[in-house]
Amino acid sequence: MTSKSTAFPSPGPLSLFGARLRRADGPRRARRRLPTRRDWPSWSIVAFQIGFLVALIALWEIGARVGFIDPFFWSSPSAIWSTGVVYFTEGNAFVDIAHTFRSTLLGFFIGTTAGGLLGLSFWWSSNYARIVQPYIICLESLPKLALAPLIILVFGMGLASKVAIATALTLVVSTLTAFAGVQAVDKDQEKLFYSLGASRWQVFTKLVAPFCVPWLISILRVNIGLALTGSIVGEFVASQFGLGRTILYAGQTYEIALVWVAVFVLSALSMVMYVAVSWLESVLRKGARN
Amino acid sequence: MAVRPKLVLDNVSMVFETKGSTFTALAPVHLEVPAGKFISLIGPSGCGKSTIFNIVAGLQPPTTGKVLIDGEDATGFIGQVGYMLQKDLLLPWRTVLDNVCLGMEIRGTPMAEARDRAAPLLRKYGLGGFESLYPASLSGGMRQRAALLRTLLVDMDVVLLDEPFGALDAQTKAQMQEWLLQLFNDFGRTVVFVTHDVEEAVFLSDDIYVMASRPGRVIEQLPIDLPRPRDRSIVSSPRFVAMKKYCLDLLHMEAPAAPVAA
Repeated sequence: MTSKSTAFPSPGPLSLFGARLRRADGPRRARRRLPTRRDWPSWSIVAFQIGFLVALIALWEIGARVGFIDPFFWSSPSAIWSTGVVYFTEGNAFVDIAHTFRSTLLGFFIGTTAGGLLGLSFWWSSNYARIVQPYIICLESLPKLALAPLIILVFGMGLASKVAIATALTLVVSTLTAFAGVQAVDKDQEKLFYSLGASRWQVFTKLVAPFCVPWLISILRVNIGLALTGSIVGEFVASQFGLGRTILYAGQTYEIALVWVAVFVLSALSMVMYVAVSWLESVLRKGARN
Repeated sequence: MAVRPKLVLDNVSMVFETKGSTFTALAPVHLEVPAGKFISLIGPSGCGKSTIFNIVAGLQPPTTGKVLIDGEDATGFIGQVGYMLQKDLLLPWRTVLDNVCLGMEIRGTPMAEARDRAAPLLRKYGLGGFESLYPASLSGGMRQRAALLRTLLVDMDVVLLDEPFGALDAQTKAQMQEWLLQLFNDFGRTVVFVTHDVEEAVFLSDDIYVMASRPGRVIEQLPIDLPRPRDRSIVSSPRFVAMKKYCLDLLHMEAPAAPVAA
């Protein structure tokens, strides 16, 4: 090898290149290219995603049949499928979906709206904001789901209690977000408004409220998830209908396939609502600019 | 009988008291601005320029003294003057046209009427074609133009401009100064201008008030008797250079002994 004869003790087959890079006097300059990024075509990404899912389901089914997965605890895709068909054709799938959907949506709207208004109201008086703030922080740190049994007692087994829990979860987050928005309003901007002779109401409607709109929009996607969680937990504690109730009931009667069906329906519902809220968000963002 | 001045600061002072110690932000200042004049306040930071503006705009009550506009007591009243702060403070969710209309809207002009009044002025003063854009897509100079038009369109006789061109590059700044002089001629308002830039002050003003800090006070009133309308070439005339030097000397005299740069 020629590397033996060079003055540089760099071993290996790359030494020739290494030697060429070095200057007799002066430091070595690293020759490095910008890392290139290779994007696979979209179809191959989708193919991988589907392939992974199919493999997972196949493994589950085979495992359940061969016996290295206990079908009593984990069920099997085929059993889940047939249970699902029964649940949708003969069971009360649509009633459950309607109940969960309704309480989630109601909780989402009430919590977000009331929380947003409450947060914005803090702009009106710093004294009032200072008095209320510790309570809000307390409510924030309180695990609100722990109150679920109490809420059920107060609001009963029906819709109201689910809505109340979903509202409790979304309200505090919305309040804090709107309040953070209020505090971020540029003081110079307020000064400009007042120098133009604005009333407090004008400052509120033309500056503070529009300024906070993007802050509230950003909370929508978080809130839809929280509202759903609230509804499900409410149904866990006490209810006659709803996906949460079905999951709990099926678990207690060891109908594991039905648990899975309800969980899958729940995730589908959650995804639909998430997409809808994302769409709402983009519409509002466009609207907020006009 | 002398013409009644447009704006008078009658022995206005501002003292802050914090736990036993007092801080004089502004020693009593007496200042009279005749109608239709352009005056500048120059001075080091902390000389009370912004305090004067806040007091005149009614955003801060003075410790002593009164602000008179047309001889009437305007102390502590907001909306009596047009006030442009250093930042353009355009609302990002409003178009340029609607931003310019903000002042009129706040004063109760119906939005459609405000737009009708503002649109031709936008075209006349270099914002034509930008009306329906949002501020984010405008350059710094254009944003300042919009902010200044917003201030002028509220129809206040007295306009306060707090370093409006401070953040602009030299070339844009020169353009904006000439643009401002054009507006000043067309609108005939009484302007109080704050700047750090002595050349800018001499170029634009009828009177310069040189201020000093600790405590903030006016140390000299300097009339600038250069003919109007002024052309950019005036900055190299001996008279201009002499006045600029005089101002700089006054400011330097007041500045604490600055260490010589190495």
